[in-house]
Amino acid sequence: MSAVATDLAIRARAVAKAFGKGDSRVVALHSADFDVPCGEMAMLVGPSGCGKTTLISIIAGLLARDHGELSVLGTDPSALSGDKRTSWRLKTVGFVFQQFNLIPQLSVVENVAVPLVLGGTRMSEAIERSSEMMARVGLKGRERGSPIKLSGGQQQRVAIARALVNSPKILVCDEPTSALDGATGQSVMELIAETCRGPDRAVVIVTHDERIFRFADRIAHMDDGRVDRLTDRDGNPLDGAAPQGGAPMEQHA
Amino acid sequence: MRIFALKMLFGDSAKFYGILLGLGFATLLISQQSSIFVGLMSRTFGFITDTPQAEIWIADPDQRYLDDNKALRTTAVQRIRGIEGLEWAVPLYKGLIMVQLPDGQRQMSQVIGIDDSSLIAGPSRMLEGTLDDLRRSDAIIVDERACRREFMLKRPPEGGPPRKLRVGDVVELNELRAEVVGICKATQTFQSQPVIYTTYNRAIQFAPPNRRMTSMILAKAAPGEDVDALCARISERTGLSAFPTDAYREKTLQYWIRETGIPINFGTSIILGFVVGVAVAGQMFYNFTLDNLKYFGAMKAMGATTPRLLGMVSMQAATVAVLGFGLGIGITSAFGLTVPGDRLAFRMTWHIPLVAAGAVTLICVASAALGMYRVFRLDPADVFKG
Ligand SMILES: Nc1ncnc2c1ncn2[C@@H]1O[C@H](COP(=O)(O)OP(=O)(O)OP(=O)(O)O)[C@@H](O)[C@H]1O
Ligand SMILES: [Mg+2]
Repeated sequence: MSAVATDLAIRARAVAKAFGKGDSRVVALHSADFDVPCGEMAMLVGPSGCGKTTLISIIAGLLARDHGELSVLGTDPSALSGDKRTSWRLKTVGFVFQQFNLIPQLSVVENVAVPLVLGGTRMSEAIERSSEMMARVGLKGRERGSPIKLSGGQQQRVAIARALVNSPKILVCDEPTSALDGATGQSVMELIAETCRGPDRAVVIVTHDERIFRFADRIAHMDDGRVDRLTDRDGNPLDGAAPQGGAPMEQHA
Repeated sequence: MRIFALKMLFGDSAKFYGILLGLGFATLLISQQSSIFVGLMSRTFGFITDTPQAEIWIADPDQRYLDDNKALRTTAVQRIRGIEGLEWAVPLYKGLIMVQLPDGQRQMSQVIGIDDSSLIAGPSRMLEGTLDDLRRSDAIIVDERACRREFMLKRPPEGGPPRKLRVGDVVELNELRAEVVGICKATQTFQSQPVIYTTYNRAIQFAPPNRRMTSMILAKAAPGEDVDALCARISERTGLSAFPTDAYREKTLQYWIRETGIPINFGTSIILGFVVGVAVAGQMFYNFTLDNLKYFGAMKAMGATTPRLLGMVSMQAATVAVLGFGLGIGITSAFGLTVPGDRLAFRMTWHIPLVAAGAVTLICVASAALGMYRVFRLDPADVFKG
């Protein structure tokens, strides 16, 4: 839509979101500014409850913001209604849920195939492509059988394969390596990094896992519903991206 | 996604078979009980159905239904024949007469006396002999069913093991000689006594002296006559009731439906079947949808629109509905084909599967609608929660 979209895949300005009403009202995001240039992988870190999941849900078009501006590849998903937003997600976004939500009645490979089938790919082709993707996350040979028979880490890799199988332009992941050991986590991150690098692509990962920080092009540090610091993968402040216009940058340990 | 919807359904085998059995059982109960009800009810007018030659049924005005014997004077048929517009009118005798079998057993039997010359209203199917054999002296035709049961000779006069009453045997009706000249398949009626056919005049002789009366008169309108008008004329002239076949059948049926507890009994079973269907299958299907809600949520997040998800639920509901209905109707039909007709009245008219299908549809649509409401309200953001 705007010229900015050519270099910024995701542009969020003063995005705010509150849940509930009256006494039970919780402000999850106060005023979050967050940019991800095309081809980059951004990570979101911060204490529990600071609004990370809320922010990526808004970016992914799962939640609508209350205030602020948002552009994801030129579209504001919050401005789309109901099924339009759902269709936009189908075309644009891949997810790795904190809850994997693999369907136990479907085989592992069929679970991976769901986004392809939703997108209209023929079943046989969808299964073939899904098997390839499973091999890439190290699950070759586990295509048949129910996902509930897999370990937590294997299930997480199935969820990642499912998120990557239709090569989404925007990939959002909530703790994608939480159940993986170091080595597996690294190889999965390599896959994520490789699949989602490209001119109109971007990845946003919420994580506490410092072992994967090295994959990040930028790390947004959140606290209390705001992005208050932006650093590179080594913790050095990034210039020119100070979200709160001149807010002082602290050195990060 | 349709194939995935089915896999989700079949994959949860405990629930799937539970729903199937619930719907199958509901269908079975509804269709089997309805079929027996219809079977029993059609027996009440079986004699009318099996006597297609008669267009007009004339009886005492106080008669409530076909088998309600309110005798007429034997001269009544002459008065009826005097009314213009009739092609023919014949008397019919129906009454209980004591029969003594060759081995001395005595058995109260339903004797039907049909018009001597025309033999109208005779049995619809002869197994041995012909209807014309009734013209021989002392002739009677007995029902095959009775031969197998009440008319089984325990000590045949010629000796030997028990055997059925057969053509050539001589019995006594009220001490008068009668010879079996034929075996027929009599219409099943509500009466349980063995059925014997003979001619009207012979039946009058067999009957006890104080009951030598006509039971009913059957008539046919002359070509071109308006049957309703003719019935009205007969009633007016004779004071008797006269009904066209359809109305008479309806009158008989209505008596049984209104005046007996039979419909309530069957109605209770049928409603029970429906309740079981709702309680078991409907409830289980709803739970199945609830169990899958988080997966529907995940699919919604991944880009499945609400109509698409609702399509999946409908697909699942339609599948269990068709399979459950098929199972129930299949068992009911197998039951109907296996159980012998003289043991149990069973008649599955085309309405019955339709009613059962309607009930199953109602159960499935209602429970699917509840589930769909939840799917509709699904917030895909929830699936992201840790
Ligand atoms: N649907 C909701 N209804 C009410 N409050 C909510 C809802 N979702 C989130 N919140 C609240 O919003 C705040 C931010 O939640 P969020 O899930 O974004 O945090 P988070 O940074 O992802 O935390 P964590 O690291 O524990 O996953 C929390 O206080 C949370 O309780
Ligand atoms: Mg979270």
